[in-house]
Amino acid sequence: MGMLRTVIPAQYGNAEDRGRRAALSRKPPTQVELAVHDLVEGACQWHIWGTLGLHDIRQRYRRSKIGPFWLTIGMLVMIGSIGGLYAGLFQTRVADYLPHVAIGFVIWSFVSGLINDGCNAFISEQGSIKQVRLPLSVYVYRVVWRSLLIFAHNLLIVLVVIVVFSIWPGWSILLALPAIVILSLNGIWIGLLLGLLSTRFRDVPQMVTTAMQFVFFMTPIIWQPESLPGRAWVVTYNPFAYVVELVRAPLMGTATPLHVWFFVVVLTFVGTAIAFAMYVRYRRRIAYWI
Amino acid sequence: MAHIELHNVAIEFPIYHARSRSLKNRLIGHLSVGGRIGEDAGHRVCVKALNGISLAFEHGDRVALLGANGAGKSTLLRVLAGIYEPVRGLVHSEGRIAPLFDISLGFDPESTGYENIFLRALFLGMSRSEIRERRDAIGAFTELGDYLAMPLRTYSSGMKLRLAFAVSSHVDAEILLMDEWIGTGDMAFIERAECRLAELVGDAGILVLASHSEEIVRRTCNKAVLLRQGTVEHVGDVDDVLHVYKGMK
Repeated sequence: MGMLRTVIPAQYGNAEDRGRRAALSRKPPTQVELAVHDLVEGACQWHIWGTLGLHDIRQRYRRSKIGPFWLTIGMLVMIGSIGGLYAGLFQTRVADYLPHVAIGFVIWSFVSGLINDGCNAFISEQGSIKQVRLPLSVYVYRVVWRSLLIFAHNLLIVLVVIVVFSIWPGWSILLALPAIVILSLNGIWIGLLLGLLSTRFRDVPQMVTTAMQFVFFMTPIIWQPESLPGRAWVVTYNPFAYVVELVRAPLMGTATPLHVWFFVVVLTFVGTAIAFAMYVRYRRRIAYWI
Repeated sequence: MAHIELHNVAIEFPIYHARSRSLKNRLIGHLSVGGRIGEDAGHRVCVKALNGISLAFEHGDRVALLGANGAGKSTLLRVLAGIYEPVRGLVHSEGRIAPLFDISLGFDPESTGYENIFLRALFLGMSRSEIRERRDAIGAFTELGDYLAMPLRTYSSGMKLRLAFAVSSHVDAEILLMDEWIGTGDMAFIERAECRLAELVGDAGILVLASHSEEIVRRTCNKAVLLRQGTVEHVGDVDDVLHVYKGMK
């Protein structure tokens, strides 16, 4: 095992500190370096977040016979009832409507899971953060990984829908893969940013949960954009519409409009930049806030 | 070579819900127990848990942290572990650190003893292969036998302590940090744990132990630090510092 070297600098060093700094063998790293180190080192500790994420799921269903597939069943029931009922309400054919709802719902639960759990990335790790020094990003990677695992279980629904309604999306289905990767990358910055804000302001998780309920109804998941003529702005100005469409289109076999990709890529860069700036500034405060 | 150096370290905890002026006035001032309460740079109420701490520990130091409740012992241990990065001052440490603060670190009540060994070891920075290599040694050290296959929720607190100590003491660490921990173990285990500790300190570099037990301090340590309301009151031989500590009371 290699030696661990840790140098933790002061935010404001007085003159005396600076004199002392010269005496220490090397210059303390800046907050930027420490934040980058935290993120990279955290990613390298995949054996920790990998195991913990798996453990989260196993542990939730430890004494149940079919375990995590209860998630899948729960969603199947939801989709079945909404799909059947609302198809009548919207006067569309079940064969058109149900795949749209099913696939949209699976993606939505992934996205909202990333956001809601991201808020608690640090708060729920209170016990560990105060006991041991690990890169804090480990806890964010754990959330993203766990969401991905749940999503993988729910992909079974997508498969069933594709078979039952015999939609063969063609090779464009492969585009779903980079789409999922890019959503996961967004999950990382969201976890860092919301996790940090939630630790400091404990109302944030509740606020986010409430907002997400609202967004759910504003996003074309249980309704199709075509059934809202004249209100296209609801879709045009809703970032979540793009995020959901990015994964749904390849799975449904429709072409993903280029501007959807463009929007999500820009979102990823902008979000990452903001989250990184906040993380550089406040990472060291998280242990104090918790 | 293990090495820790603190220079002029300060730790302040902001208290966010103490905003109103009257509460502020009541809080700020001198209290006999705990860190000083004051204002931070942004005029918020804060607990000055540590202030102006300068210390250096070298290979072979077995340090006792002494002081009344709330003097800053646990906070100082967390600074040494790198958990709290100081508001002011510098911390420099070299060597792998094994903290033994809370016995419940990494534990999941529904998982078995074996699984919990794995989880806790991960948190303490062991790699998968290291854990596999040492799992049997750790299991044997606990003397829990078949109980290791049972869920942790069936364990008594003494059994949990055995498991926690066994894992923590099997990390190859150069710096061992311990917070008053030994309470719930039975006599036989305490003896074995102390033996193990002596062994570890023999090849580990530095031990820092917060304790109220004079007996443990005298048996284990060769150096002591006395804290008082977040500042270092005295540093020196165990006898010396204990003498000052008793005089203070």
